[in-house]
Order: sequence, then structure tokens, then C-alpha cells
Amino acid sequence: MLQEVIFAGFGGQGVLTIAKNVAYSAMLEGKETCWMPTYGPEMRGGTCGCTVSVSDKMISSPILAKYDVGVILNLPSMDKYEPKIKSGGLIIWESTTITDGPKRGDVKSIPIPAYDIAVELGSTLVMGMVLLGAFIQKTESITIDSVLEALRKTLPARRHNLIPLNETALRKGYEYASKI
Amino acid sequence: MGEIHLMKGNEALAEASIRAGLDAYFGYPITPQSEILEYFSRELPKKGIAFVQAESEVASINMVYGAAGCGKRVMTSTSSPGFSLMMEGVSYIACAELPCVLVNVQRGGPGLGTIQPSQGDYFQAVKGGGHGDYHMIVLAPNSVQEMADMPSIGFELAEKYRIPVLILADGALGQMMEKVEFKEYPKKNIEQNWATVGKPEKRDANVITSLFIESEVMEQVNIKLQKKYEQITEEVEDCELYHADDAEVFIVAYGISSRLAKKAVDLSREKGVRAGLIRPKILWPFPTKVIQKYATQAKGFISLEMSAGQMIEDVKLSLDGSVKSKHYGRMGGMIPAPEDILKEIESML
Repeated sequence: MLQEVIFAGFGGQGVLTIAKNVAYSAMLEGKETCWMPTYGPEMRGGTCGCTVSVSDKMISSPILAKYDVGVILNLPSMDKYEPKIKSGGLIIWESTTITDGPKRGDVKSIPIPAYDIAVELGSTLVMGMVLLGAFIQKTESITIDSVLEALRKTLPARRHNLIPLNETALRKGYEYASKI
Repeated sequence: MGEIHLMKGNEALAEASIRAGLDAYFGYPITPQSEILEYFSRELPKKGIAFVQAESEVASINMVYGAAGCGKRVMTSTSSPGFSLMMEGVSYIACAELPCVLVNVQRGGPGLGTIQPSQGDYFQAVKGGGHGDYHMIVLAPNSVQEMADMPSIGFELAEKYRIPVLILADGALGQMMEKVEFKEYPKKNIEQNWATVGKPEKRDANVITSLFIESEVMEQVNIKLQKKYEQITEEVEDCELYHADDAEVFIVAYGISSRLAKKAVDLSREKGVRAGLIRPKILWPFPTKVIQKYATQAKGFISLEMSAGQMIEDVKLSLDGSVKSKHYGRMGGMIPAPEDILKEIESML
């Protein structure tokens, strides 16, 4: 089992954080995992991407040319990463702000209005968590329980009051994706 | 088993260095290793350990020279262009026989280059880099776990042989997060009667210098250094072998490329091609004896590097024409694909 995923969006949308949650959760589940940001001369408002590999064997390369799954949070990232998803792969994308979905016919498109759902929950900050919930529903590479444990371990105690909101966002995303 | 953390290679290296008994760190920021400096800037002052962000790499390495002369466990870290700036100081430290740990998280060169990972600094690391006849012991981690393991190993070797030890990593190892477990690292247990820590009445003053004006003296200093390097070449070797026992084609690879090589070996084995991997965890001294041992059963060797081909020279010197060998690699931050490495393996049969 090896799953190679790209998370991408604007800097500040939480791309690195949701990717880290996936890696941390996979680690808690005893899997091999590697988290690698696309670091470069990134500009404010530009794209920010992060690769996460999850496997039962040692990960050979943290830097990838093709991905099994893309979790896409903005239009520039859709343009950049749609061609890099493997044939038969999956694109989970934020459909409130991205107007054009994937154009390819050989990948599965999962539009999630994560922004709208996050607004309904009272905070746009949990948009990434909504998409993470959808990711978990579609890929089953980790569980919601592991993400919650990861949050308890990685968030400082003074931020633990935010965990219930994050859990709701995860479950909302999961629920929405289960209908697609 | 201790607690398992998810950390960047840079952070794991910094944390492990503190646990290994670091006394002082001097550095200057440069991508892709700035997290090392950032981690130290946050953690060292809390523990009363010296931290200085120097005004340049030239200053950092000379601060290391000074602190190492006092017998302290000291370190600096940088990335390729910064390491070039340090070369003069490294040569001085090697001549003055001071222990220290240096870190080069390589990025693509030459020049200011790119900030993406590369292995283009192999020559600089193992062949000197600075002026004069000197060596550093060069360690090559290939995972975040080994980024954490190497500082302690580095300090031990540096102190045992009074030599600068270089941890040669790359941007991928520095930036990626993997699981890591910190071990119990041995405390310093070596007498350093050469250190400049104040002169007691009953012995002569210790002098730390790399200046020996008289030719006769300078030659003797060189002879002594070369004897030490010979001894290290005899005593120090560390290789990981993968499917080596029955292999006909060997990949020699270190650092991040060794992981791609492992994948290519797996792909070969699935196709019935007997490929194997020799991964030097220590690049200088080079594991010549290991290469020679497996040369007797091999049809060919491939040196896989993210460079134009540098380690291939040491592979060829070790083989001494006995078996064919070639280089394969990508440059400028590009990563070789395991499928392409597989084609190279098949071309050696």
C-alpha cells in the first residue's frame, strides 16, 4: 500500500497543517509516512503545496512527479496539479471558490463546497478540515479518530478548545463526500 | 522505546545535537537549512547553551574554530554557497586538529544556484574543499531518523580523531518530516589535554594554531596529519547493504538518492533482475574494501547521485578497472525516477 497525495492552495489556507495532520495520523497508526512541502521562492498569495506519502514500507522519495490524490484549495493549484494526478486518481477540490473543476476525464472529481460549509460552522479557518474529512472518506488512508488524537498531541493545551469545532468540520466533510 | 516524533530533518538534527551535549552553535541563515538555526535560536538560550547568529558564514566557522579550541562540543550548519564561504576556516580547523561538527544541507549549484535538493558538493566534502592536504570525516544520513543519529556519532568521531566531521545532507532531508525517535546519546568521555582552557602552573601553554612558517615543521605537521588520515581509513567504515549477497548489478548511492536506489532495486527484483545497493553512511573514508568485495561477483556498478557524477570517481578508483561502472543522476534539484534507474540497471547486464 502506497498513497501519494498533494495538498495545494494559497499560503495561509492551512495546506501545510492539514497535510501534517495526515502524516501525524498515519504515524500514530504505525504506518510509514513522509511530509514534504514544495519549498521555493514562494510569494505571498501564490500557491503553496505539500506532498504526503503514506505506506506500509519505507518511503523511497519525498519528492514526486505524479500523485494518486490531489486535495486542491485554489484555482492556480488546480491548474498546476491537475495534469500531475495519475490516471484513475482522485481530485478533491474546494468548489465554492474554484469555479472550474478538473477537465480531465480519467480522474475522479470530488467537488466539496468546503468554504460554505466552514462559514456555516462559523469559521472559515476550518475549511481545510472539511476537505480533510472528505479526503478520509474517499481514501480511507487514515481515520478521523487518528486525526483527533493528532490534534490533541500537536496543538498546545490552550488551543484544545478548538478541537470540537475541528471535529465537526471533519465529520461534515466526511458526510458530504459520502454522498458523492 | 522512546517517544516517536514527527519532525523535519533540520529540526531533528538540531534537537539531537542538544541531547548529544552541544555546548555552542554559531550559524548564519540560508535555505534549505534555516530551521536548524531557528530551532537553536529558540531552544539554546533556554538551556544556557551559547547561540550566536553570526554576521556571515566566514564568521560562523571562525567562531567554531575558537570554541573548538577550548575543547567544547561546537557546531555550525549551512547550505552549499555558505559552505563554500567556510572553506578557509575548515582548512584551518583541520590543520589545528580541532573536533567539531559541520552540517551542509546541500542545494543545487554551482553559483547561487537553486534552493532545491542536490548532491553536487561531494567533491568539496570528501576531497578537501579548502586548501592544503586535509580531510574531514563525512557522514551521509538518508532519513530524518539518521539526521538525528548523526550529530552524536559525529561528535564522538571528531573528538576521537581531533578532526572536523561533516554531516552531508540535502534539501529534501532537511525539509521533509518523518517519524524520529531520540536515543540516549553517550556523554563526552575523552581527555582533551590540548584544549586552551587556561594554563596550570605545571604544564606548558597549549597553543592552537595552523601557522607553521618553517618548511621542516610544516612537513612534519603534514606527515602527522596523513598518518592520522591513514589510521581513520583503516578504522572507520559504515555501509548499509541491500540485496547485496547475490546481486550482479550494484547501485552505489548515499543520502536521499539511496532511497530512490532501494526502490529501483525492488523494481528490478520484481522483474527477476538481481540488483543490489551499497549505501555508504560514511563517505570519507570511502568504503573501498566493501566495493572491492562485491566487485568479484558483479557485472557492473552504477553510481547514482544528484550531480553530474562525482562519487563515481571513487567507485572507479575502488574498482580499479576490474568491473565496468557508470554514473547516473539528475542535477539542479531534479530527482531521478526509480523507473529510469531501473533502465540503467538493465543496461549493465
